[in-house]
Amino acid sequence: MTEPAQVERAQAEAPDAIRVENLSKSFGVVRALEDVSLHLRPGEVLGLIGDNGAGKSTLVKILTGFHKPDSGTIHVFGEEVQLKSVSHARSLGIDTVFQDLALVPGMTVYHNMFLNREATRGIGPIRFLNNRVMKRRSREYLEDIGVRVPSIDAEVARMSGGQRQAIAIARSTHSDARIILLDEPLAAMGAREGALIIELIAELRKRSDVSMIVIAHNYVHVLELCDRVNLLHNGRIVLDKRTDETTVEELTNIVAAEYRVASTA
Amino acid sequence: MAQAATNAQPPLPQRAGFGRRVAAALVRRREASILVILLALIAYFSVRTDAFFGTDNAQVIAEFSAPIAIIAAGEVMLLICGEIDLSVGMVFAFSTWIFYFANTDWNLPILLAVVLGLLSGSLVGLVNGLITVFLRVPSFITTLGMAYVLNGLTLNISGAFPVEPPGGHTFFRYFGAPPYVTVYWALGVIVVMTILLTRTRWGLHTVATGGNLLGASESGVNVHAIKVGNFVLCSTLGALAGIIESVRIDTIQALQGGFPLMFYAVAAAVIGGTSLFGGSGTIVGAALGVLVLAVLNLGFTLQGISAYWFDFVLGIAIIVSMALNVTLERIRQSGRLGGAT
Repeated sequence: MTEPAQVERAQAEAPDAIRVENLSKSFGVVRALEDVSLHLRPGEVLGLIGDNGAGKSTLVKILTGFHKPDSGTIHVFGEEVQLKSVSHARSLGIDTVFQDLALVPGMTVYHNMFLNREATRGIGPIRFLNNRVMKRRSREYLEDIGVRVPSIDAEVARMSGGQRQAIAIARSTHSDARIILLDEPLAAMGAREGALIIELIAELRKRSDVSMIVIAHNYVHVLELCDRVNLLHNGRIVLDKRTDETTVEELTNIVAAEYRVASTA
Repeated sequence: MAQAATNAQPPLPQRAGFGRRVAAALVRRREASILVILLALIAYFSVRTDAFFGTDNAQVIAEFSAPIAIIAAGEVMLLICGEIDLSVGMVFAFSTWIFYFANTDWNLPILLAVVLGLLSGSLVGLVNGLITVFLRVPSFITTLGMAYVLNGLTLNISGAFPVEPPGGHTFFRYFGAPPYVTVYWALGVIVVMTILLTRTRWGLHTVATGGNLLGASESGVNVHAIKVGNFVLCSTLGALAGIIESVRIDTIQALQGGFPLMFYAVAAAVIGGTSLFGGSGTIVGAALGVLVLAVLNLGFTLQGISAYWFDFVLGIAIIVSMALNVTLERIRQSGRLGGAT
């Protein structure tokens, strides 16, 4: 799916996939985000860590067009945007993948993959589903990114949590989504299930046409999966490092130090 | 490409015996289990009553089934997208009167009168759909209210006296001549609706709307249009059933159809495997459900069992089939017996 032109452009001009500057957001008296700036390079996987209440989900909800920021700017691929709604964000290529929200359990894998973008054939306005094409393309695409499911014809209801999430991610990347926000992709998932998602993210990481922000609790996973990590604490970014320049110990210590500061302040 | 990313399920053991494979087929194909029940009922009544097996009775069953099957097809679409229409039995009467007046009082040509009758049904469905979707009134309540509104209207405009349907010989031949014209219409509706449900985006989006409303709308499916459209479809089919059934029995009455007919259609859909929770169901299953009702009805009559017991058995059939449906769904989802083949 990597179009050469796109790669060239990304390498030549290389505006950030997302550039957030001085973003603030309050809910009543609660300051959820304070002067947050972050950027996501094209093709990059950025880990976003931080405790509950640090502002991670507020940030994600702003980037998906669900909340509007009080102040600050957002650039998507170099252009400043005011994200008006979830569908507006999606039209710009920003997609959030939640575990259970996106898929229709009673439908097959390939119908889910093509929901609302179905392949059809027919004459004029009389059109019928082209299941053969949708099956073939789904199978090829899933194979291409290394997602294995028991059967492309099987209902999603029969898939495990990890498989469902993998299908949801695959559907996003298969459509025009170029920036994918993964909200706790490994939460509530066993080791085997988690491995499926970790492999998928690693596979997508090799591509230059998909950029990802992965929200996670597990520092080991973040260091393994991501190119860079940002640590949110009390609504501020307190750390921005490449994952090969930091360790689990360092991240743990920084978080502990932030807490000491917070408790003495 | 690296295929390491897996949680590949081990293939099902091949030792599956015949019984297990049949069970698996029954679980996978919703229509299969209801077909078995239908055949068992036919076998039972054939053994118990000499009079059961014959062309006359086949005709009785077919005539009884045709209008219910047409309406059930509409209800299936609505049930799949998570709604229900309790007023379609009243549309069955109301739209037939509109058809009658269009020809006799307003002097429209007979075919135009049919179109007007059908459109009156569509309009009722549109109102049902708009109220349900945009005022967020549960469809159970919207269509319950609509049922009484239509019944009151029909009693008023008809003067509560039955009339003969209009139309000449040719019209009669294509729009309801007994014994089988209504059956042909029903078969046509079943085929067209099955294609609509299983082969078109509309059908797929109907399933998606009922299966995951939020997910479908986030994927860009226009769930409001799907719901309103299916209300229109269901009511229009109700009007069609009313018109051709009245032509067949050569009478238009204010109280024809009504709640009993609607509930037969819903019962048939449920017996045929359509989930009241939305997201799944088949037109063919509902048609088989209609046949089950018809065979039960006729079998009981021939055995001389009181019609009161028909309702008794029907009630049990509805509860049992719904319980079975829920259980099968659980088995299917657990993956046992499901064999991804």
